[in-house]
Amino acid sequence: MAEQHDAPQHPELPLAQVTARKRGRLSAVWIIPIIAALLGGWIAVQKLLAEGPTVEIGFSSAEGLEAGKTTVKYNGVDVGRIESLKVSPDRQRILASVQMAPEARDWLVDGTAFWVVRARIAGGSVSGLGTLLSGSYIGMQIGTGSERQRSFTALEVPPVVASNAQGRYFKLQASSLGSLDFGTPIYFRRLQVGQVASYALDEDGRGLTIRVFVNAPYDRYVKAETRFWQASGLDFSLNADGLDVRTQSLTSILVGGLAFDTPAENADNDPAPADTAFELFDDQETAMKAPERGSLRYVLYFDESVRGLAAGAPMTFLGMPIGEVVSVRLEVDRQKKDVAVRARVLVAAYPQRFLDILADPQVVTGGRTAITQQMRQQLMDGLVARGLRAQLQPGSLLTGQLYVALSYVPQATKAKIDWRSDPPVFPSVKGSFTDIETRVTSILAKIEGLPFEAIGKDLQQSLATLAKTLQDFDALVRRWDGELSPELAKTLAEARRTLAAAERSFDGAGKLLAPDSQTMTELQATVVELRRAAQSIRVLADYLERHPEALVRGKSEETQE
Amino acid sequence: MSTTAASARSLGCAGCEVCGLVVRLPVPAGAAFCPRCGERLHSRLPASLERTWALTIAALLLYIPANLLPVMTTNTPLGAVSDTIMQGVVELWSPTSWPLAVVVFVASVTIPLGKLIALAYLLLTVQRGSVRSNGQRVRLYRLLKFIGRWSMLDVFVDTFVVALIQLQPLMWVEPGAGVLYFAAVVVVTMVAVNSFDPRLIWDLPQQEKHAHG
Repeated sequence: MAEQHDAPQHPELPLAQVTARKRGRLSAVWIIPIIAALLGGWIAVQKLLAEGPTVEIGFSSAEGLEAGKTTVKYNGVDVGRIESLKVSPDRQRILASVQMAPEARDWLVDGTAFWVVRARIAGGSVSGLGTLLSGSYIGMQIGTGSERQRSFTALEVPPVVASNAQGRYFKLQASSLGSLDFGTPIYFRRLQVGQVASYALDEDGRGLTIRVFVNAPYDRYVKAETRFWQASGLDFSLNADGLDVRTQSLTSILVGGLAFDTPAENADNDPAPADTAFELFDDQETAMKAPERGSLRYVLYFDESVRGLAAGAPMTFLGMPIGEVVSVRLEVDRQKKDVAVRARVLVAAYPQRFLDILADPQVVTGGRTAITQQMRQQLMDGLVARGLRAQLQPGSLLTGQLYVALSYVPQATKAKIDWRSDPPVFPSVKGSFTDIETRVTSILAKIEGLPFEAIGKDLQQSLATLAKTLQDFDALVRRWDGELSPELAKTLAEARRTLAAAERSFDGAGKLLAPDSQTMTELQATVVELRRAAQSIRVLADYLERHPEALVRGKSEETQE
Repeated sequence: MSTTAASARSLGCAGCEVCGLVVRLPVPAGAAFCPRCGERLHSRLPASLERTWALTIAALLLYIPANLLPVMTTNTPLGAVSDTIMQGVVELWSPTSWPLAVVVFVASVTIPLGKLIALAYLLLTVQRGSVRSNGQRVRLYRLLKFIGRWSMLDVFVDTFVVALIQLQPLMWVEPGAGVLYFAAVVVVTMVAVNSFDPRLIWDLPQQEKHAHG
């Protein structure tokens, strides 16, 4: 600005002291806006640097999620925040745009998983209780892949196993899930060593594949020969062997569980590699059974009831288990002209078991490791010729479970194994039990045929009559009591008196007849007198016979010579 | 307007701001000092327009992070919530507390921004040598000076809240970086208003009049 004023108009005033002035320089005050700009710029740069990648996560439902609020946490640390939520174009999913922290840049690879953490009770553990207060958040697990990804699909259920957990995954093939769920514990010698990580139905729908995770120090106990079985809670089984109850731990009773063990002979083998597939058995017993090699199938035909015979029922040879029932069904007997339906029981026999229970298997195998078909046929034919037959036997009278018993039936009709059919038909006879049952049934039928109703009716009538008779009798007795009793009493008193008199009379008679009594003596004397008199009469009679004239003339003197 | 429109400057004089001595300024330009007390003399605040411009621009630059950064972070068991000034206003905006939202909006957004706009207006008009509505512009300047000291409302609220709400671990409030920038905006604006010389509003037209008259 140009100095436009004139020369000093007031010369009386003192003049200011003047020094040379540095001009043309920019004022230092401009440092302030520069600093302000730097501060603002620094903030902006920091903001930009702090801005991590944005990823898109697809959820099936946005329940509990809130744009701008819900955070993504990795092991409890905030690493991102939902910026916006929108419905996918096909309206099938909810797409969440998530602003991740810059350090998460390298974590967004294939295999990285996201899921919504909510309060959850599963697999014997309670998790995410904090979310009841704070609201849901998104959990994150970093994958091991190397390819970067910007779009993810959230898991429906949180992964049970943390990504940094040490251990190995294994696959189990199961026919049903039982009471398993994510996080269901896995026990080894009743020690929890892992959990169920996931499960999925096989594509053909015939079974399930369960992925389990066994924690690090314990995964080496899983060998190729290890058996897994369901230790789901309380296992009751009622079969031909009776009632069986098995449990693992209290937790497993509540939530179910899996258990595994390795047969003792394989315990020192090398650990199984990760993702080895195992079969999941229903219980410990079936799991730990020796592996069945080369089962032989036979068909048995029964004309009797097979009620109580189920698949899995044991087959015994003289009481030792050597096989089991595979299936039970009905079949029309084509060989007979009229239509006959009989029960067809398919059994599986395990020759290995048979050999195992033989004291000296060498006799059968002849020192060889495997039995040839011919040897088997010979052996079986021989046994059948000796009367070996299949019979249905009751395993338990209470439950009515049946099993197949192979035993010698001495009076059996001749039969042969039909080797031509496939599988061979093994001769069977009627089981003694079913015989008894039939008889009992027929008795019961007869009993049932009795006219119980009529009998009952008659009986009722008779009882009514009897009751009436008894009443009459009662009345009679009462009358008797009232009318006849005094008379009777009198009569009795008299009788008593009469008897007393009689007694006395007898007493007298007794005295009279005593051997030393006077009467007796007199009587004896009288008898002697009577004998003498009789002699005299006899003499007289003799004389009179010889001398009848004596009656007229009297006794002659001449006769006396 | 006053008919005797002579200023110290137009008379070639200046008053010492320390001892009050009125002196003549020498014609050649240079740094003048009071012959009695040695205080530096200037008829107008030195580089007033330049400084005010610089400070206004600085305030404007600072105003951006002041509004983008959160001014306070509220921590509760449910999580931490950081609010910028505008977010706070939006949050306060409800049927019951909207007057509060208005107060905060006026104190924190309207006034600082209005001050900067007003300053820029004064600077521009002075530079262009505008002669109109001088009285109004002076009144605007007085208003700016007066309001300056009351602009710290937001900073005060923030400090009070941070100091009072410390119920750890249930709830506590932490100041955000935004409040620092906001305070800087207010301070820089006040300095800018002070560095503006209102006599400049009158200088040019008078000189022009003087030159013509």
